[in-house]
Amino acid sequence: MLSRLVLRAAPAALRALPPPVAVGVLHTTRPLHTTQQSLAPVPPLPEKGGEVRHGLIPEEFFQFLYPKTGVTGPYMLGTGLLLYLLSKEIYVINHETAAAACILTVIVYGIKKFGPGVAAFADKLNEEKVASAQAMKNEAIQTLQTAIEEEKKEQWRVEGRTYLFDAKRNNIAMLLETNYRERLLMVYNEVKKRLDYQVAMQNLKRQKEQDHMIQWVEKNVVQSITPQQQKESIAKCILDLKALSKSAHAAV
Amino acid sequence: LPVAVLLKDTKLMDVKLGQLGSWLAMRDFTPGGILGAMRRGYDRYYNKYINVRKGGLGGISMVLAGYIVLSYMWSYSHIKHDRRRKYH
Repeated sequence: MLSRLVLRAAPAALRALPPPVAVGVLHTTRPLHTTQQSLAPVPPLPEKGGEVRHGLIPEEFFQFLYPKTGVTGPYMLGTGLLLYLLSKEIYVINHETAAAACILTVIVYGIKKFGPGVAAFADKLNEEKVASAQAMKNEAIQTLQTAIEEEKKEQWRVEGRTYLFDAKRNNIAMLLETNYRERLLMVYNEVKKRLDYQVAMQNLKRQKEQDHMIQWVEKNVVQSITPQQQKESIAKCILDLKALSKSAHAAV
Repeated sequence: LPVAVLLKDTKLMDVKLGQLGSWLAMRDFTPGGILGAMRRGYDRYYNKYINVRKGGLGGISMVLAGYIVLSYMWSYSHIKHDRRRKYH
């Protein structure tokens, strides 16, 4: 029904457009894509088809005759028509009529008996097709949704990049600090070594001077002790020793 | 005041009986026009009776009935000889 509406609206819309216009170098016979028509989304299929009575005559015929002739009008028309065809032998009764009658009986019986079963089966097939298509569509929507979620998460992650850069800056500052302090320590050590060397040098020099002076003084003193003084001192020592030994003898 | 529609744009059911001749003469009888008319008719029938969720028997049975009638009309000239009376 809806497709018929679209089909009816299309020619009217096309005729309402302005006459041919040469647009620039492109010679078009009508401006393109000016209406809102588009092929998607497709309108859904109608649920049931047009009503048909007795499987042969569309309902519109009965509705057309209803105002003038009421409910029995079309049946009267049908009966009259049938009698006319038979009496004027426009419809001839021959062997084919008997064959047609038998065939029609069998067909009508078959349809009455197996119709609903076949209809249910066909509906089930349709349902499965529609369900699989729906499932695919839902799956696609689901994947797109998860993609959207992921994207939002990534965007949220990007917001954290300031923290990341701060941490990196801290790291680098720490490295620089460490390096600076190491080098400071190295400088201190080197300077201390040099100063220690100077101090040691001075100490050594003073010690050497002292030792040398003491040695020189000793040497001179020993040289100044003449042989005579030596004898005198030895005699004195012997006297002292004797005196000491006497006192020691006395003590014991 | 209803919109004045050109005669050639009216639909068949809106044409008055007196205008029928002129309306018929205004129709498009080029091969493209005839093809277009057949395509439109086919689309109308198809979208009304067959291209639906739960199609019924009427869709194809009307086509078959039309075929039966048409073939009877084409073979009437030799079914004529089976008539029971010559004069009606």
